[in-house]
Amino acid sequence: MATPMEKLLDMRRKAIFRIFEHKFKSPIRITIGSATCENAAGANAVYERFQEWQKKHPTLDVVIGRVGCAGRCDLEPLVTVVAHHQIPVKYMRVNPEKVDKIFESHILNGKVVDEYTMKRQDGPINAERVVTVCGGARCLKNDCLNIEKAFIEGIQKLGLSDRVVVTRSACQGLCEIGPMAYVYPDCVMYKKLTPEIVEHICREHLLKGHSLGEYAWDGERLANRFFPIFGDVHFFGKQLRLTLRNCGVIDPESLDEYLAVRGYEAAAKVLTEMTPQQVIDTVKQSGLRGRGGGGFPTGQKWQFAANQKNDVKYMICNADEGDPGAFMDRSAIEGDPHTILEGLLIAGYAIGAKQGFVYIRAEYPLAVVRLEKAIAEARANGLLGKNIFGSNVDFDIEVRLGAGAFVCGEETALIHSIEGARGMPSPRPPYPAISGLWGKPTVINNVETVANIPVVILDGAKWFRTLGTEGSKGTKVFALAGKVKNTGLVEVPMGTTLREVVYDVGGGIKDNKAFKAVQTGGPAGGCLPESYLNTPVDYDSLTAAGSIMGSGGMIIMDENTCMVDVAKFFLDFTQSESCGKCTPCREGTKIMLEILKRITDGKGEESDIPKLEHLAKMIRSASLCGLGQCAPNPVLSTLRYFRHEYEAHIRDKKCPAGVCSALVSYSINPEKCVGCTACRRKCPVTCITGEPKKTHIIDQKACIKCGTCLTVCKFGAVVRS
Amino acid sequence: MDTNPTNQEPCCCCEGGKSEETRAPCCHQVFPEEILNYIHECLQHPHSESFLIPILNKIQQHFGYLTPEYLDEVAHLMHIPSAKISGVATFYHLFTFVPRGKNRISVCLGTACYVKGAAKLLERLEDLLKIKEGQVTPDGQFSIDMARCVGACALAPVIIVNDRVYSEVKPDQVEKILQDHGFQK
Repeated sequence: MATPMEKLLDMRRKAIFRIFEHKFKSPIRITIGSATCENAAGANAVYERFQEWQKKHPTLDVVIGRVGCAGRCDLEPLVTVVAHHQIPVKYMRVNPEKVDKIFESHILNGKVVDEYTMKRQDGPINAERVVTVCGGARCLKNDCLNIEKAFIEGIQKLGLSDRVVVTRSACQGLCEIGPMAYVYPDCVMYKKLTPEIVEHICREHLLKGHSLGEYAWDGERLANRFFPIFGDVHFFGKQLRLTLRNCGVIDPESLDEYLAVRGYEAAAKVLTEMTPQQVIDTVKQSGLRGRGGGGFPTGQKWQFAANQKNDVKYMICNADEGDPGAFMDRSAIEGDPHTILEGLLIAGYAIGAKQGFVYIRAEYPLAVVRLEKAIAEARANGLLGKNIFGSNVDFDIEVRLGAGAFVCGEETALIHSIEGARGMPSPRPPYPAISGLWGKPTVINNVETVANIPVVILDGAKWFRTLGTEGSKGTKVFALAGKVKNTGLVEVPMGTTLREVVYDVGGGIKDNKAFKAVQTGGPAGGCLPESYLNTPVDYDSLTAAGSIMGSGGMIIMDENTCMVDVAKFFLDFTQSESCGKCTPCREGTKIMLEILKRITDGKGEESDIPKLEHLAKMIRSASLCGLGQCAPNPVLSTLRYFRHEYEAHIRDKKCPAGVCSALVSYSINPEKCVGCTACRRKCPVTCITGEPKKTHIIDQKACIKCGTCLTVCKFGAVVRS
Repeated sequence: MDTNPTNQEPCCCCEGGKSEETRAPCCHQVFPEEILNYIHECLQHPHSESFLIPILNKIQQHFGYLTPEYLDEVAHLMHIPSAKISGVATFYHLFTFVPRGKNRISVCLGTACYVKGAAKLLERLEDLLKIKEGQVTPDGQFSIDMARCVGACALAPVIIVNDRVYSEVKPDQVEKILQDHGFQK
């Protein structure tokens, strides 16, 4: 009888055949990003316009498809045009009008519309080839800079500067073959390069187009598919995508496309040749830690549940992404739902569970739809349900919707919510691994953790361990947002510094303002100042600095952000999300919030800071669950690094950032005012008076301090103090 | 009280139907067939109580909001105490007990939106519509809600009116957005 692996390989062959028939045979493929945020930015209209164009040209061989979110959210909707033997062209901020131009110029006449493309930092967009040299830490040690130099010199010598672009990437997790370089669009990975080999490559491959098989690496990593499409753009080139490896690459609603990128191979491998204990051992060896925030070793959690003798066990994927400012779970599910199912299947096999659940926020309707579609398709193809791959292993998955309670991210609260009760935490122990859902052993893993499982199984624990730092292995996804130039999803190896994330990937601060703080870990995390930008992102370093890894929200704040106001914002959040079960959290956060409100209203007292610190310590040590224990973190970290702002609010009754409206006043500088009347016309409460061409005056009593006058004044005459 | 034409047993709203033992569905048939079928389907399941939240969600999607009458009816149908159901329904943000406006406005107050000035947008909306967050205009046209985070952080700050997402909104664009949905000053 065929083994699960043989059956899977047969399925994959058929899937690839089908995809080839429908898609890859066409010389041009157009993919349109499709996720909640892409659709919000207008991706559906773009898709429809492309279809209209396709109808107008029925003989033209073009395939139009959808992919998940690639993660460059502020430039959405993204459209990628892939043609044979060409570097994929990425168009940004596409709208129906741009579609017309793209179709007429690029699709029909082969001329790329330069002004709409994502800029390639190091060269022209119509270059024939891109050479990307890996600039990860280990490659740097192996002198990759010399290799890069050799490429640049070789290219110049051969007069190829207009045709070949050289870029540098972040660590690509291929340290054993470094120094290395990719060549696109041929997708050749050259290994263990020396200046001599580089010269050879330049002459044969870059000039004449013959790739040199003898220097090429013939291995494969799951993560390496993203790069050939997006790697030449700076923002993506600085990342290493393991969990988001298929987001933006495959059609999330197609099982065939997932199978084609080695989907369900890890599951087949596990069912063919590994015992549950071997799976657990592999995960333990990989050093994978929970990505939901706690950082508990995943293998160990599985072991606890596996050790329980019980016929019924449950495996839950926690997709209740309640952190304001975090959207990586949503994107991962919208972009690649089958990865989650495969990870859950493997986990279920390892711990001996036959039933899995995905607990997901009802606020993510598209993710829910895609997940349900993926589950139905997996069931129909025998990848979920009874007797998977004929291996006598049963496993099925149900989707359960969260109803908008932040505390349900906590394990025991989540379990109560699935049971149909109020989502309030219970004291632990007993831990869910011993007694969880309906009293049965239950493992709960976050979306990102689950998405890592197929990678650990296929690329191996040993390889996984090469990524990251001593205590934190692998990569971490961050949702980069706030006042940073490039917002979006970023996946980097653990140990990358905050500075690299903010400046290299994020491109620095918007409008070139001054950096003030980076907030990690959501409402349970903390704010770190500029002096901590060299902190590596890993569980232990961030905790030592007074913040936490959390689920991966990363909000950048600039000089116009008031840190007391931010602390108040988070406290307001945790206070209203406190379930009310334990007193320290319920009452303590309320009083802390009252004090913070008082301070931002200009009524703060000298004794308020010690009071806050005292309360914080008490809430931290006495609360029942993580929500309460972490709730004071934003206050403590801002007190630690931005105490002077608290003092300015309390002593000088000033808000240095000009945010707290009770402490701000607007006035007009008569020397600069030209009497253009712009502020008078825009003032929502009409408290500005003045004749045209004469100095205007703001009535301080009527002013609501909205700041509109400051924004509309073109002459810098409105002063905030 | 109406008499019950179909059921032998008096139901929750019939005379004599208030007693503990009464489990008959309400003679007014509070829910449409679709919801009743869904509830019966859930009852076939082991751990049927665990479907309480999806059921309440379905009811809210149909009616727009929940009322004590609906909760009582679910209690009867699912054999769960009313107290527990109202406990669950009041715990989660998803459920509302007030009818919402014809145009539902959500202002995202997630961190990214907040840092980029979402509080000013909320203020502006409240000024223009003369209602507070959580309220409905007297003509029932608009209601304002606060969203914790809609996961569109890169487009911050965002306002969602019905299902349309407005991204990178500035305070002076708020009035125009309202006008798109029939607002007149």
